[in-house]
Amino acid sequence: MTGIIEIDNLSKQYDSGTKALSDVTMSIEEGEIIALLGPNGAGKTTLISIICGLVVPTGGTVRVDGHDIRTDWRAARKLIGLVPQEIALEPFETVFNSVRFTRGLYGEGRDDAHIEQVLRSLALWDKRDAPTKDLSGGMKRRVLIAKALAHRPKVLFLDEPTAGVDVTLRREMWQVVEQLRREGVTIILTTHYLEEAEEMADRVGVISKGQLLLIRPKDELMREFGRKTLTIELDEALHAIPPELLGRGLELAPEGDRITYNYDTTAERTGIARLLGELATLGITVRDVSTRQSSLEEVFISLVQEGEAA
Amino acid sequence: MTLLNWPGIWAIFHHEMMRFFRTIWQSLASPVVSTVLYFVVFGAAIGGRIQSVEGVPYGAFIVPGLMMLTVLQQAVSNASFGIYFPKFSGTIYEYLVSPVGWVEVTLGFVGAAAAKAILIALVILATSFFFVGVHILHPFWMLAFLFLTALGFSLLGFILGLWAKSFEQLQIVPMMVITPLVFLGGAFYSASMLPPFWEGVAKLNPVLYLISGFRWSFFGLADVPVGVSLFAVAIFIVICLAIIRWIFATGWRLRE
Repeated sequence: MTGIIEIDNLSKQYDSGTKALSDVTMSIEEGEIIALLGPNGAGKTTLISIICGLVVPTGGTVRVDGHDIRTDWRAARKLIGLVPQEIALEPFETVFNSVRFTRGLYGEGRDDAHIEQVLRSLALWDKRDAPTKDLSGGMKRRVLIAKALAHRPKVLFLDEPTAGVDVTLRREMWQVVEQLRREGVTIILTTHYLEEAEEMADRVGVISKGQLLLIRPKDELMREFGRKTLTIELDEALHAIPPELLGRGLELAPEGDRITYNYDTTAERTGIARLLGELATLGITVRDVSTRQSSLEEVFISLVQEGEAA
Repeated sequence: MTLLNWPGIWAIFHHEMMRFFRTIWQSLASPVVSTVLYFVVFGAAIGGRIQSVEGVPYGAFIVPGLMMLTVLQQAVSNASFGIYFPKFSGTIYEYLVSPVGWVEVTLGFVGAAAAKAILIALVILATSFFFVGVHILHPFWMLAFLFLTALGFSLLGFILGLWAKSFEQLQIVPMMVITPLVFLGGAFYSASMLPPFWEGVAKLNPVLYLISGFRWSFFGLADVPVGVSLFAVAIFIVICLAIIRWIFATGWRLRE
């Protein structure tokens, strides 16, 4: 099955010689949410900018629902909405007119009912007659989303939607994305907040130095790369790890009352049962046991490091 | 040819016109006040001594020049500001990612700038009726010259707005180039009143051809043949369009 977006060997080299993107190939299915992760300057924004028409690629192709972004750009762009990283709005234009203007640019006739629905869903209806300069930062960002949705795009690009936004607003933005997902909009977002990708994405792509290191379902990625840590709290503190348990990668907390054990969730045997059995045999009483999965952040750092080492 | 995105053109045109109507009194008051001043100074004070130029009372003789002066200034400043402002505020991205090409963007912005300039010129014409008796010999050609000039200089203003990187650059061209060209282009005199050498120099000024053609449509008098005037405007428009097309094709100062 072909995806709603098909990217094939996409490359971008600037006149200065900087290679911003190297042979990126990926397919994005309709209705999914993709998070593109990567450090600053990794090429995430370049990738989005090429698909949306802001940057001309030096190689490769992109098709949006079968329409080539260069030869059939009108049809391709009609299917796309872009929420840029920087807040850019005409200060004296009202919210409603601003959204209506964007709808017109996309070749759509007037449909005030649709604009009302979009503004209501983004909690902006009460502000429809306010000039955008009078809005708070969070509202301005929502106006940008409303503008991007004005022509009912099939694909929405959110470039760093929560950069420089406080925690409350970030949560609010996640709710908006969740709502759009329910409406069936395909969403591609870039972020360097891993928490954001973990919270929202179906699949995660990791970009570093212009290369797509991988694109995988988030859960699979977490399972595969995610290691778990078992923390065993002891009834009585130990001075050292008993000699019988050496060589297992166990670590004793400085206070001596906790042992941590790192294990791979995908391994055939995690070794947990054996470890607990041996502790009982040695007469060490366990008070409590807890596990923690490594975050996407740790997965990401290890991937980027691997990518750099390769 | 791909079908044009007419709702897109209309959106841009309407958006630009709304900005004009939001400040309609400011937009109209300033050109009307300066026209009245020109009539008082040139028409009454100086005109009292000149009486007539080639049989036309001086007060009436300067009406086409005054209208041209306003059209040129308004066309350039409206079109340049129109496209520069989205560049300044960052909203230019919308035009670059939406399904509008250079033709739609140009038609929207330039169409609105030309429409505003024509409206203001007509208001000035109406104002002049209060001061002098103006009879228009060729109304169709008068409107045609007005339209072509507004279009040509809106295109020039559009290029200026695309080129400008600051508000200072935006203002310097109308101030340093357009106003001198109009004054030296025979807005307030006939080129034939100049000594032969300066008459030759004046004929290198493209604005002379516009004012001459426009004045012909009023009084049937021209410094240069009317056909030459029309040809000059047409060439000017074609050159501007070619430059705009090149800017959008390369993304110069747009996608940087």
